[in-house]
Formats: sequence, structure tokens, C-alpha cells
Amino acid sequence: MGFLKDIQNNIVKSQVWKSIFRVGIPTDNRKRSLAMLGNVVLHLHPIKVKKSGLRMSYTWCMGGTAFFLFLVETITGLLLMFYYRPTVEYAYFDMIDLREVAAFGIMRELHRWGAHAMVIAVWLHMFRVFMTGSYKPPREFNWNVGVILLVLTLLLSFTGYLLPWDQLAIWAITVGSNMARATPLLGQEGPGSALLTLGGTKLIHVGSDARFGLIAGRTIGGGTLIRFYVLHCVAIPFVAAFLIAVHFWRVRKDGGISGPV
Amino acid sequence: MAEETSKEPTEKQTSDKDGGRVSRRGFFSWAAVGWVGFTAAIGGCVSTFGRFMFPNVLYEPPTNFKVGRPEDFGDGVVDERFKESNGVWIVNSGGTLYALIAICTHLGCPPNWLEAQNKFKCPCHGSGYYKNGINFEGPTPRPLERAKIYVDPDDGQIVVDKAQRYQWELGQWEDSDSFIEVV
Repeated sequence: MGFLKDIQNNIVKSQVWKSIFRVGIPTDNRKRSLAMLGNVVLHLHPIKVKKSGLRMSYTWCMGGTAFFLFLVETITGLLLMFYYRPTVEYAYFDMIDLREVAAFGIMRELHRWGAHAMVIAVWLHMFRVFMTGSYKPPREFNWNVGVILLVLTLLLSFTGYLLPWDQLAIWAITVGSNMARATPLLGQEGPGSALLTLGGTKLIHVGSDARFGLIAGRTIGGGTLIRFYVLHCVAIPFVAAFLIAVHFWRVRKDGGISGPV
Repeated sequence: MAEETSKEPTEKQTSDKDGGRVSRRGFFSWAAVGWVGFTAAIGGCVSTFGRFMFPNVLYEPPTNFKVGRPEDFGDGVVDERFKESNGVWIVNSGGTLYALIAICTHLGCPPNWLEAQNKFKCPCHGSGYYKNGINFEGPTPRPLERAKIYVDPDDGQIVVDKAQRYQWELGQWEDSDSFIEVV
């Protein structure tokens, strides 16, 4: 036993170890707190979790499930990106190849099922927060952050749905994006679009309205595919990750998960 | 400088000779300039990004195309030769030629012409239209749209331009550009 203790001592007192772990192994509660707070990875998790926070009959654990699924989607999505090419020539066939030819062809299905599950988890989480009154002051702001996260989750589903480039994808997005034509002021068929004129020329028409900017064209095509791909893989996940960080921060600041205010 | 005067200095002091002493007025002038500049820069960036997102060139098929001569279209015939390629039906109804745009006015699917039942029928949600494009069944709120149609004076061919649309419910089917009278 003394032999192992000697090895441990040698490691812990080495320069390599001390350069990575700046403080020694904590011996009291204050040092434990400091070790967590001073470490970029460890500080992401609370130092202490209340026992009431683990009551699944109360929390349903849906927020945690949604976050877990977000991570699953990020990782499976990243793996799919190594083979999928977002062009009209390749998109559909790469999706088939991912299923038939690539190792672990289940990866695409995991990504798809994860998306369905995440949407369900997010709705259930919202439902639970409402039922337990966890939106009341001081948690109102966090509720609003959650609503924005819900919209971002649905937008991720919407943009991702186009990427297989099959009949289901193209027509679903055609129908969905046609709604953008009716945007007030900025949509070609919406109310007030005729008000935006410059010396007789209509500024908002089929080649310049909100729908045009969304799908990068007058119809769904290659421009739409790459645009939705970038939104799906980069733009929306960045915003969502930031808001998730805000969401978790506020949970802790407002009294911890399912804790009294 | 042990002695501090309590009244405001009459002019801006920004030198570093005396230790970088800046008056309140001077500080806020510079701060205001800085913030206004920052806001202008951010506003410029946001507008630039916004303009960037609207493409100048589209890789889509051209919206106007030739479909043949008026004699090629028999009376009462719904011509489907240009439906797949260009998304229009050319209809000859009692000597009046018009181009119906093959997009359902409900939510955007392409309908089918059912010759036997003499109607256009959308496979998505069942919207139905008469041969003249007027809707009569299903969820669609309005008739099919017409495309601009005219005869090219140079070679006598019919030209269809989908960029110009005519809607019945706005009374635009009275517009002479939305049909051709064939003798």
C-alpha cells in the first residue's frame, strides 16, 4: 500500500501535474468550493445540488433530457457532416449513402429520432415548469428565455427537415416558407407591403420580400439548401448554446432547480 | 497636486503632463464620440449583413419562355406540354388563350389536370378548380393565377412570362396581357 502511495505522491508533486491542476486535492469544504469555482470545466456544474432537485416526480427531468438530447444532436449531427454535401446533386444520395454505405448507418436515424425526442422533451419541460409555477417571480425572465429556446428548437427542426432533399422535405418547406409571403410589411402578399415604395417602384416584391431572403430565391432550390444547412448547423446552434448557458445561469441564480426562491 | 479645486476647470485638460487629468466635460465628450462611433459601426455591419443575405443572381430557370404559335392550341384543350418544364398550362377556351400557373393557391403544391373529370385537382389537400382556373372545392380560397401571355411581334410565337401574375379576385383577368384572343 505504501508503494502505491509513493507513486501517487510522485505524480501529484510532479511539475506536469502541478501545471495542469493548480491547487492540490481539497481537504475542507472551502477548498472544495474553490476548486470547483476556479476550474473552467468543473464550474459548469453546481458545487452542491439540493436533494429536492432530484425529485423526478416533481421535475420530470425534462429540462435535463432536453439538454442531453441537444448534445446528442450536436454530436450525431457533427458526424453526419463528414459525409453529407448540401448541394442539389448530392444531398439526397449522400443521405442514402449514410444509411446504406457508411459504417453505423443508424447514425442518421439517431439524429432524426433525437430531433423528435428533443421537441417532445422541450414541450414536456415547458408544461412541467408551468404546472409547478416555476415561472413566477423572480423566474419570469428565464421563462421568456425558455420560450425563445422553444422557438429555436422548432426552427432547428424546420431547417433540418429540408436537408434530405426528398419529396417530403421539398414540399414541406415549400408550404412552410409560403407563409412568409404573408408577413406584414415585409411579405409580398402581406398587409402593408405596398406602403414600402420608393418613387413608384415597389421595394417589396417576389424577388425581394422576407420569403425571398429566407429561401434565397423565388422557389426552393440550391440556394435554399445551403442557406438552411448553415442555419441548421451553425447559426441557430450558436444562438441556442448561448441562450442555454443563460437559461442554466438563471436557474442557479434564482434559487437552484426546483428550489424555493 | 494636493490642492484640488472644487469648481469645474474652464477648459478641457487632457494632457498627460500633469498625470492624465481630464475634466468631466472632456471625458463625456470623448465617451459620446466613442459610443456614437461604435453604434454607427455596429449599425453599418448589421445593414451590410442584411443586404448580403439577398442574392443578386438566381440559378433558376428563366421566367419567360416561348410555347409555340396560336394555331398549335386546339379549342377546348388544356395543353400539358409545359407543365413539367415550366409550370404552366396553356388553355384554349372558345378562342381565348391563357396560361394558368400550375401552383395551387392553397399552400403551393402543383395540381393535376384530370381530363376525364374536366377539372384541376390538387393532390395535397384536394383543392379543385374548373378549366378556367376558378376554384370550386377544397380548402383553397381563390382561383389559380394566370401568367402574362402575349404574341411576340417579331416571329408570331406566343410568349409566357411567369414573373407577371394576374389574380381573378383582384379583377386582373380583365387585363389584356392575361389572355390572347385567337381568331
